[in-house]
Amino acid sequence: MKRTEEHIDYNNVVISIRDLRKSFGDLHVLRGVDLDVYQGENLVVLGRSGTGKSVLIKIIVGLLKPDAGTVNVLGHNVDSLSVKELDQLRLKIGFSFQSSALYDSMTIRENLEFPLVRNVRNLGRQEINRAVEEALEDVGLSQTINQMPSELSGGQRKRIGIARTLILKPDIMLYDEPTAGLDPITSNDINNLINEVQERHRATSIIITHDLTCAKETGDRLAMLLDGRFERQGTFDEVFATNDERVQQFYHYNFIE
Amino acid sequence: MESTTTKPEEAATEKPVVSRRLDRVFLELYNVAVFVGRFFKEVLVPPYEGREIIRQFFEVGYKSLGLISLTGFITGIVFTNQSRPSLAEFGATSWLPSLIAIAIVRALAPLVTALIASGKVGSNIGAELGSMKVTEQIDAMEVSATNPYKFLVVSRVLATTFMIPTLTMYTIFVAMVGAFINVNANEATSFPAFIEQFFGAITYLDVFSSVIKSFVFGFTIGMVGCYKGYHSSKGTEGVGKAANSSVVTSMFLVFIEELLALQIVAALRAV
Repeated sequence: MKRTEEHIDYNNVVISIRDLRKSFGDLHVLRGVDLDVYQGENLVVLGRSGTGKSVLIKIIVGLLKPDAGTVNVLGHNVDSLSVKELDQLRLKIGFSFQSSALYDSMTIRENLEFPLVRNVRNLGRQEINRAVEEALEDVGLSQTINQMPSELSGGQRKRIGIARTLILKPDIMLYDEPTAGLDPITSNDINNLINEVQERHRATSIIITHDLTCAKETGDRLAMLLDGRFERQGTFDEVFATNDERVQQFYHYNFIE
Repeated sequence: MESTTTKPEEAATEKPVVSRRLDRVFLELYNVAVFVGRFFKEVLVPPYEGREIIRQFFEVGYKSLGLISLTGFITGIVFTNQSRPSLAEFGATSWLPSLIAIAIVRALAPLVTALIASGKVGSNIGAELGSMKVTEQIDAMEVSATNPYKFLVVSRVLATTFMIPTLTMYTIFVAMVGAFINVNANEATSFPAFIEQFFGAITYLDVFSSVIKSFVFGFTIGMVGCYKGYHSSKGTEGVGKAANSSVVTSMFLVFIEELLALQIVAALRAV
């Protein structure tokens, strides 16, 4: 495992999921998911493409509605919140999208200002500028402040996407495939950034990935989605210490040392 | 014992093709009604997206000026030129300004403006929102506690609803200039005489119906572009389809609305 677990508070469950089910037509993606995520931990959700990893975090943040089951985030049942209450909760959750989801028509500065200006009242121009500069410094991309997203590389876009979520200092970070489509060196930078976010911001994170290097580097704990359920949870070594062919296949096709 | 119950999926496949298509049509109509209804609900409720609305007014209005100027001006010249031989047969070329005024104000200006806007603005909105949808930008807006419908849809629909009538008035002006140049070159009609005949031929009802019609055209173009973009399917193909479908659907609806407006105005004239 990556390092000490001193920063994790195992008495404080931040996200609690019980018997979560979600189907799309005849396709049953989640078939009774149970999961607890503790304060300050980096939980990696592993699974093959199409197993419902992204669906899971989209339900956590209220972008998708579950068919059954409960999702409790910071003590709130997500499915029973009003639009206003959900928006309040969302301000405490940072969501880093697989495609970065930077607003194409805005500069990097405007992208970072967007959540801040709209959600934090009575902020002066200087304070906004400072927050934007700090967020960019956090991800090591201060020089891109006046560029358009289309002028950045895939790795830079991912970092800016993370910076945009960090600007509201969220309690929870959700990363959807943070290293997908990136070269190994850039992926390593992103893994380090995820760990820095955990240490610096004391954030609780769920990292969705099928990249085992990312899982090993960033995860305090792993949960593997198999056939719509978390059938294996634990440390990296615990999850892969099995003869289950599905798990072994997943391991060997990742070319991990 | 063999089960005699029909599974839902079996029932679905047993449904006749026509019935399934009708289901899809009614589902689409329901979705459109919900989408349009949401506009009237969201437009009145704060917070208002002032900055974005102003930006969209600029995008729709100012950035269409060049194209509208050119097409309006050419419409004026071409319509005048094509109408002349028919009037000349009766020795009535002096009626050209009146004829042009009625044609431009009642039908040509609102239609030309709406069709140009469908092609330029409608496709742009469809492609932009479609692209935002497939690259998860709309989801990103939602998770940062911003109402994407209000920010993206309401602002764009307001912009098209108010800018298309403004552009229609501008089209009337540039088409009139084009027509005057043509009439002046061929019949040596002076500007004051042209203006007198032009405005003498139109009534308040002509102008009023033209403006009202343009509001409806603008609302339709904005709403269709937003709906198609907002409901774009995944992938670049979906974005292309959203843009294309925005143009085709809004043009079709504009013609239907023109036909309805014609009947309504004719009924008003008869009163």
